[in-house]
Amino acid sequence: MTVRQEDAPALSIAGLFKSFDKPAVCGLDLEVEAGEFYALLGPNGAGKTTTLRMVAGLLPPDSGSISIYGIDALFHPVEAKRVVAWVSDEPMIYDKLSPLEYLEFVAGLWSVDNRAAEARSGELLELLGLAPHAHERCGGFSKGMRQKVALAGALVHEPRLIILDEPLTGLDAGSARQVKSVLQERVAGGVTVIMTTHILEVAERMARRIGVIDRGRLIAEGTLEELRARSGRDGSNLEDIFLDLVAESGSGADEAAA
Amino acid sequence: MSSASFAWFARHEIGLFWRDWTALVLRGKPHRRIFVGLAIAGFIIGMHVVAWFTVTDTVDLAATDPRAVFIFVSGCALVSLSLMVSQSLEMVTRAFYARADLDLILTSPAPSARIFIVRFCAVALMSVVMSAALAAPFFNVMAFLEGPVWLLSYFALLSMSAIATAIAIVVAVALFATVGPRRTRVIAQIIAAVIGAGFAIAMQLVAIVYFGNVSRLSVLTSPELTGSLPPVASPLWIPARALLGDISAVLAFCIAGFGILALSIAAFSSRFATLALSTVGVSEQSAANSARPARFRAGTVRRTLRRKELVLLARDPWLLSQTLMQMLYLLVPAFLLWRNYGTDIGAVIVVVPVVVMASGQLAGGLAWLTLCGEDAPDLVQSAPMSPHIALQAKIEAVLIAVGLAVSPIVAFLGLVDLRAAAITAGCMVLSASAATAMQVWFRAQARRSHFRHRHASSKIATLAEAFSSICWAGTAAFLALGNWLAAIPAAMAILVLVFVWMIRPREA
Ligand SMILES: Nc1ncnc2c1ncn2[C@@H]1O[C@H](COP(=O)(O)OP(=O)(O)OP(=O)(O)O)[C@@H](O)[C@H]1O
Ligand SMILES: [Mg+2]
Repeated sequence: MTVRQEDAPALSIAGLFKSFDKPAVCGLDLEVEAGEFYALLGPNGAGKTTTLRMVAGLLPPDSGSISIYGIDALFHPVEAKRVVAWVSDEPMIYDKLSPLEYLEFVAGLWSVDNRAAEARSGELLELLGLAPHAHERCGGFSKGMRQKVALAGALVHEPRLIILDEPLTGLDAGSARQVKSVLQERVAGGVTVIMTTHILEVAERMARRIGVIDRGRLIAEGTLEELRARSGRDGSNLEDIFLDLVAESGSGADEAAA
Repeated sequence: MSSASFAWFARHEIGLFWRDWTALVLRGKPHRRIFVGLAIAGFIIGMHVVAWFTVTDTVDLAATDPRAVFIFVSGCALVSLSLMVSQSLEMVTRAFYARADLDLILTSPAPSARIFIVRFCAVALMSVVMSAALAAPFFNVMAFLEGPVWLLSYFALLSMSAIATAIAIVVAVALFATVGPRRTRVIAQIIAAVIGAGFAIAMQLVAIVYFGNVSRLSVLTSPELTGSLPPVASPLWIPARALLGDISAVLAFCIAGFGILALSIAAFSSRFATLALSTVGVSEQSAANSARPARFRAGTVRRTLRRKELVLLARDPWLLSQTLMQMLYLLVPAFLLWRNYGTDIGAVIVVVPVVVMASGQLAGGLAWLTLCGEDAPDLVQSAPMSPHIALQAKIEAVLIAVGLAVSPIVAFLGLVDLRAAAITAGCMVLSASAATAMQVWFRAQARRSHFRHRHASSKIATLAEAFSSICWAGTAAFLALGNWLAAIPAAMAILVLVFVWMIRPREA
């Protein structure tokens, strides 16, 4: 039996493999500390979503290990899921439920005490600017509103690890700021956040550490300074560093293949 | 000439329709063309055989009083008209709510009323094709037996579908004007379902008359009936005459039918574009909820899931209309059952299998909705519970919903005939459970909104589900008759279940 250790990393992935028709994730190792804001970058099709879906327990890996706060997620999936929230890149909510009913449902799935859930739902909807729509059915909502409902659902059961797949695409500037500040508040409260994004500026500003994935492998990791030092380009922004790293890994892989 | 002429729109539409249709039938496998062709040919030949025997069986009626034939044909025509109206209403409303290319066309400078006129003519054509599939064999057989003048009947059919389309347009426009664009689609669907049920009710009447040992058509020639009918020359018989190939009647009927369609289009065509635009952004569900006090209810994970499934089912207007229709099917036999109070075995024998069959079909549909039509699979899967709990909760929700829908009928049956009610309840549980089990074994994740295309995913499961429901219905019918032959359909139903279990896709 795995015992949850308080000083265990929030997420620790070792030797993770997954292939569909061709390999999508190839021997990925990744460690995220508790209370960290971690951004996962990578070109389209790099394997970011696949990796995170495996962490959330939505996809069984071919091999490797995943542990969440010291809980082996492959052997004790229910225990692991209890502390994790997953927000997919395409907001999945029920058209025929209102945001409040959706939150009630999510709270029920995670067995949150109904009084506490009710109070928290009200706060979350207020915080995300959804309070005026709390009783409308989600069928008529815009993409950004749906995304915010899904995010509220992820937060209502107070997870210790929040995994978000491109949470900011499709949000207007105001909503994006709301979401970012909600996430930062959680991190300040000790919650771990892992998110993928294609908006490098967001990663640059918000993340404590950044990981870059290409072709299913982690090709670089560290704080912005560390990445900068690694690429040897002083004072350059994340975009330049990112493009350098990906180009470098691409040529390396081509040589290996040749 | 303007590039967006009627002909141009019509070509555009036909092209789209042809592509959709071939894609649906062939599914990207061109070699299926042969099978599709063979199936269609088989259907046509089969229908002609049926028509041949029916016609040669009925022709002696004509010897007595032409009005007996007229009333028979008029009855058939009314039934088909109800089906046509039901289909046209569905298609006409869909034309207003279709978003795919309508946005493009409506923002273009092309005269937008034209696209609707073309689409409504297409609706009329579609419904004539569907009813011709059933009526054409009879016309052809009669043309063969009595001369080619019978081929004129096709025009009468066309005129009927024009009338149906006109009715559909008027109803749709009236709905827009009265209940508004937000509710029109749902209400039109319900109306279409109810009208369509008229067809089923008529079929059952025939079945009851048949089982009630009333000679099938002798009732039409009885003096009480013929005495109360209008004279042979009455204009009321024009549709019947037209369908029987009388030239002047065909002409009159066509002028009337196409005239009505042209009139309704002319009267409303200026509104079509406005109506279509009014549906933009009106998602049928965006209506504010009845603001229930925001109290969260406590409960186990299982109860939470079950409650959510039931709420989603209850908020599905299409599903509700379908269930309502199933109930309507039973109205006529239930009424007869009430009147005869157990003395007449005929009505019981109709109600029992129909209820059993309906519950199997309902369970199959609901099971698909809850098991496959999960709109947030990620959420449910990433929740801290074993996957069995989710599955169990969903199955429970299905069985509860089916139970709620059919229990009034069983209760009513129980008032009349306790034994029949017990048999019905037992076979219903079996039929619904079998259908649900098949859906469980063949489940594949899909969007809830794809409900109407669910049969595409597994043909075998769909066929087996229908077959199993029929077998259980047969079992119930024989049991109600106290006949031990009931063992045969029951054994078949079990075999089907075992077969489906054996060929179920294994999880990876
Ligand atoms: N369900 C699936 N079936 C088959 N192949 C898949 C499936 N999901 C992902 N893949 C493949 O795995 C690889 C990684 O995909 P993934 O979605 O993880 O990329 P990503 O890094 O999230 O990309 P993006 O930035 O575009 O979201 C891709 O080559 C993709 O084609
Ligand atoms: Mg992705």
